[in-house]
Amino acid sequence: MSGRARGKSALKSVMSRYYEYFLLPVGIAGFLYLWQYLSGFYDPFILPSPRLVWERSLEFFNQPQLFFMHFLTTLGEAGGGFCLGALSALPVSYFLAKKPVLERLLTPYFVGIQAVPIVALAPLLVIWFGFGIVSKVLVAALITFFSVLTTGIAGLRSTDPRLRELLAIMGATKWQIFFKLEFPSALPYIFSGLRLGGALAVIGAVSGEFAGAGKGLGYIVNFARGSFDTPLLFAAIIALAVLGIGFYLLFFIAEYLAIPWKRKR
Amino acid sequence: MHALTCFRVFYFLRMMMTTGSGLREVRKVASGEKVVEVIDLASAFEDDGLPELAGVNLQINAGEIVSLVGPSGCGKSTLLRLIAGVLRPIAGEIKVFGENKIPGWTRLSLVPQDALLLPWRTVLDNVRLPLELSAGKKKDTYLKAREALALANLTGVEDKYPHQLSGGMKQRAALARALVGQARLLLLDEPFAALDAITRSQLHLELLRIWERTGITVLLVTHNIFEAVFLSHRVLVMREKPGRVIGEIRVDLGFPRTLKLVGTTEFSRLVGQVQELLEEGWGEEACREEQGVKVL
Repeated sequence: MSGRARGKSALKSVMSRYYEYFLLPVGIAGFLYLWQYLSGFYDPFILPSPRLVWERSLEFFNQPQLFFMHFLTTLGEAGGGFCLGALSALPVSYFLAKKPVLERLLTPYFVGIQAVPIVALAPLLVIWFGFGIVSKVLVAALITFFSVLTTGIAGLRSTDPRLRELLAIMGATKWQIFFKLEFPSALPYIFSGLRLGGALAVIGAVSGEFAGAGKGLGYIVNFARGSFDTPLLFAAIIALAVLGIGFYLLFFIAEYLAIPWKRKR
Repeated sequence: MHALTCFRVFYFLRMMMTTGSGLREVRKVASGEKVVEVIDLASAFEDDGLPELAGVNLQINAGEIVSLVGPSGCGKSTLLRLIAGVLRPIAGEIKVFGENKIPGWTRLSLVPQDALLLPWRTVLDNVRLPLELSAGKKKDTYLKAREALALANLTGVEDKYPHQLSGGMKQRAALARALVGQARLLLLDEPFAALDAITRSQLHLELLRIWERTGITVLLVTHNIFEAVFLSHRVLVMREKPGRVIGEIRVDLGFPRTLKLVGTTEFSRLVGQVQELLEEGWGEEACREEQGVKVL
């Protein structure tokens, strides 16, 4: 009896060790199957089958350049906006963390800008900066800026005061305290801000494209809506999802490499 | 060019092999020199209108191990921070090595209660940190950090991160960090409080061994009376509100000390004396309360 039990548990332990690697493909296959099944009950106009979406996207993107052009446009806008927003947010968050008066002065404006939905701000930026790529980069930058700023401030304020004191006893200068203590202890916070900012940057770029553009995945969504081309709409949604997941994975890996002491043990 | 390196390696090996005299001769201190002198010290007022410390007087001579015991909230840790120079007194004087200025890690170092290692640095880099602040990434700093780790009896975990260490190992690393600059005054802020009894005893013996080897002056803050008596030449007893030193018990038990000492009657007698002094401090408090004086 014990032998059988042991055999079973060995199989179980293999399963439990590697189940996460099966989970993803099994989940995707299940999802596609469910989708295909459900699409049988509806008109393709409401819910196109995955096969139809696939065929329609191949058809539309039959020239690979065209597909990449739209995909890369949105990627560039989101990526560029993200870099711009994140890089400008970091020094600002340092000053605001150090100067509470400054923070109190500016907080109402930050809250105000953040409270307004980005889709409402995007048209304004399009009017100011035109239908080109610049306005979309700025929308993405704006939305990234605030998510990184708030986590950056929280992170820089999270420094353990006892460690600050210890480094002071060691005779550390202000800059040494920043680079060797404050910045590393803010890193986990900053990364959660970057992850959030990465996802929001895609939303910002698409919002900008909605407000007026001639290319990009947001433009495709708009175009598909205008021509009631539901399969194409699905294709654009999937491309956007891939973009979002890509951003997420990028930060997941970057965080894993940059913060070795926070890895799961 | 490699002469210096060779010398250091040789020195390091010799130190590891000859458990004993390694560093003592290097840092022979003039006996009777006052390492710490605190005169009529008062610290900042707290919310209740009383200073945390007032009228504190104490002296620590070179090569001594002195303990500060007292109820929690009597300002023991504040006193350490004042001596370390991160707080300013509002009255009185603090002289460390006869000077009023902040000493720096190569003269005064600290082992805090929770080790306070930087989680993003390996053990070796944590120990090296004080040297890195002044000397950058010189090879020398790595060598000295390894020496300090060997002195604190913590080897083989140089490349581990603090979260991978046990509580006792973390304290050893913090101790190594305090020893790395060859400071002559070691401040210990309840470094053994969070450890289990067995690990604590091990570290007590370790501290005594290091003291014998280096002749370092030690100021230990603790609320463990046994620990204070076991480790010290003198135990200073503090009371609270406002915190000050109310008495001193000399522990003439000689060195080297072993754990057997704890069972002796002489040891128990000294522990009893410290206990009595502590209770006197509480007594004053109780009296004031009885007389209707508002005790804050």
